[in-house]
Amino acid sequence: MKSTPSDRAAAQIDYLLRIADSTLILGQRVSEWCGHGPILEEDIALANTALDLIGQARLVLGHAGRLDGRGRDEDELAFLRAEGEFRNVTMVELPNYDFARTVLRNFLFCSFLLRLWQALSASRDAELAAIAAKSLKETRYHVRHAADWTLRLGDGTEESNAKMQTALDDLWPYTAELFAPSTEDDAVVDGGIGVAWSSLQAPWEASVLPVLADATLRIPVRGAFLSRGKHGIHGEHLGRLLAEMQFLQRAYPGNTW
Amino acid sequence: MTEHAPPCVGQWSLWEIFIRSRNGLDHKHCGSVHAPDAAMALQMARDVYTRRMEGVSIWAVRADQIHASDPDAKPEMFDPADDKIYRHPTFYKLPDEVDSI
Repeated sequence: MKSTPSDRAAAQIDYLLRIADSTLILGQRVSEWCGHGPILEEDIALANTALDLIGQARLVLGHAGRLDGRGRDEDELAFLRAEGEFRNVTMVELPNYDFARTVLRNFLFCSFLLRLWQALSASRDAELAAIAAKSLKETRYHVRHAADWTLRLGDGTEESNAKMQTALDDLWPYTAELFAPSTEDDAVVDGGIGVAWSSLQAPWEASVLPVLADATLRIPVRGAFLSRGKHGIHGEHLGRLLAEMQFLQRAYPGNTW
Repeated sequence: MTEHAPPCVGQWSLWEIFIRSRNGLDHKHCGSVHAPDAAMALQMARDVYTRRMEGVSIWAVRADQIHASDPDAKPEMFDPADDKIYRHPTFYKLPDEVDSI
């Protein structure tokens, strides 16, 4: 089927929302550690990461809102959309559970994000390319920080290894969604705007698998499970996260400080 | 003086952190972090002490590797310098051409 210009514009906005919402929701999750980190230094490190992710989300949401042309700004998109309108991958909405799972998810997702920002730095969408170039440096550090903990905890004590292995067993099935092909991807690839997420699987595995091996973790076998958060079909956890994140704007519309 | 055990949290050592600012020439002491090794001390120092563009270079030194002068020895160590004003180069007459000293 031939796509029309308006199909392509809709696909581009959808593509941007997947990135923006994934970074926003992960930022919101990681921010839950603020005041609860295992040590003060790590507490600040996680808060830094959360704010970087939310900063990336703000830039992409703002850009998506302007392209969309319906007058929705970053705040309206973040705080006034309903659960089914969010396009984040399911992996990032899962609860933190513990520190092991938090750093492992950061490692798995931010390693993906690193490849994505690298590719998008060459986008024909100049604003997206600029956002990608800025975000790349932040993400490089997030990967470094998370990879460091993955190694230390995976190749650590019996207890830390067991927690990391449980985290990997639980999170691994959700990584399939990152690389599942989609029609929106095809449309933005045609326009030179974006990169197909499916094409990032090989480079992602090449960077992630050696670290997991060094961390003495067993890679789970991939099953048929495929989460569909990026299509707006979410698990049970996103609604509660949004209830907390959106409370203020819902209760006091237009409020600022 | 008695030997002090290295300051620890659990098994983690205390590291003193020195930061060189963007325009600075020297690393200045800015605080300390707890970390199990040097690599993590640097990483934690980055997250704790350079969030507001404070620096472009970090040194981490294990606190128990720093040898400090004895505070009780201050009188004999430092007081004798108090009345040696002639050690400051302020008694030379400079030629007019030399203006920025």
